[in-house]
Amino acid sequence: MPRLILFWVILGFIAPLALAATPAEEQAAFQGYFKRRFPSVPENEFKNGVYAIDPVMRANWEAIEEFPPYEQAIARGEELWKTPFANGRTYADCFPDGPAIANRYPRWDREHGTVVTLSLALNDCRKANGEEPLPYNKGPLVDLLAYIAYQSRGQITQVEIPEDDPRALEAYTKGKRFYFARRGQLNFSCAHCHFANSGAKLRTETLSPALGHTTHWPVYRSEWGEVGTLHRRFAGCNEQVRAKAFPLESEEYRNLEYFLTYMNNGQELNGPGARK
Amino acid sequence: MSLFSDQTAYWRRLAGLLACLIPLTAPLAGAELPEAINLDGDPESGRQIAFDRAKGNCVSCHVIAGATSPGSIGPVLTAIQTRFPSKHELAKQIWDPTVRNPDAVMPPFGKHEIFTPKEFADVVSFIWTL
Repeated sequence: MPRLILFWVILGFIAPLALAATPAEEQAAFQGYFKRRFPSVPENEFKNGVYAIDPVMRANWEAIEEFPPYEQAIARGEELWKTPFANGRTYADCFPDGPAIANRYPRWDREHGTVVTLSLALNDCRKANGEEPLPYNKGPLVDLLAYIAYQSRGQITQVEIPEDDPRALEAYTKGKRFYFARRGQLNFSCAHCHFANSGAKLRTETLSPALGHTTHWPVYRSEWGEVGTLHRRFAGCNEQVRAKAFPLESEEYRNLEYFLTYMNNGQELNGPGARK
Repeated sequence: MSLFSDQTAYWRRLAGLLACLIPLTAPLAGAELPEAINLDGDPESGRQIAFDRAKGNCVSCHVIAGATSPGSIGPVLTAIQTRFPSKHELAKQIWDPTVRNPDAVMPPFGKHEIFTPKEFADVVSFIWTL
């Protein structure tokens, strides 16, 4: 009998160490955490970010949305989408199901062994048609993203991590480590603010939950005074903790987007968005 | 965070278990609060640093008497002398809060040289008065 007890005691110590969670299990844990943390927030509200949990900020946001500040970007993006390249072809030739293709990204590219974001795919299309790639920080590429996001509203996030390619899992794992690693002089990880402290006040600002962080890009940010991308926001966050930002569309940020968007699977896309 | 047990977490935990058996403590030079540090600072100057967004910005997370719109992430800074046995112990916490709590969110103001030595002494002296 004591031997049996010893067996269970030892197993009790070993089992948590030996169990490596799968991405699906981690996703369930991630989403479950926020649903328990914000029990009064309906599941389909997380896509609205901090406005799902802060009624005062929500009222301001709803007033802004009456005259959406990203409308011109959508119009410019539509124009770009329909304008042929010098060779006469258009974006639609690269993306036959376009422009409503936002929930197909980020995706694992088996051939190149890397995570492909929508921004990367748009520039790949340009290069394949003999056009110069567009800058990732602002301008026409962001306008195209705004148009595509608008056309994709209502789609459901459904990132896949192919099980038959271990490199996909590796990219996801790198993104996850980035998310939970402390960085910068201020020593914060992404998770420190947007996980265990989500909903808390940072001076007058409410920290938004990580569930819902990938649904609404590109975003018109009042602080930017223009529409910008998720990677630009990553870079801004890194600089806020006094870390050196990575280049937009770098492997680090694409892996991070892969992890974070996978965590948001099931959330509805509602971009482009407006944020403070 | 144990929900996200990947290989790193596994090795970290294993290392943690081993650390109980073999005390391997070789801190980086300068990483710990120097025993002989001068903590005789100016509380008024420390108050300004604590309230300044670009400096200490303590108010972003802590309620401090006299500061408007405080954050809610850290504990209220009050009755400090009942919570720390000495000014030196308080200084240790501000120098690097992850020593006492590895999951602490607060930045290591001394260890990462966020404060100059004078700013550090001033802020410790101010917080000690709360």
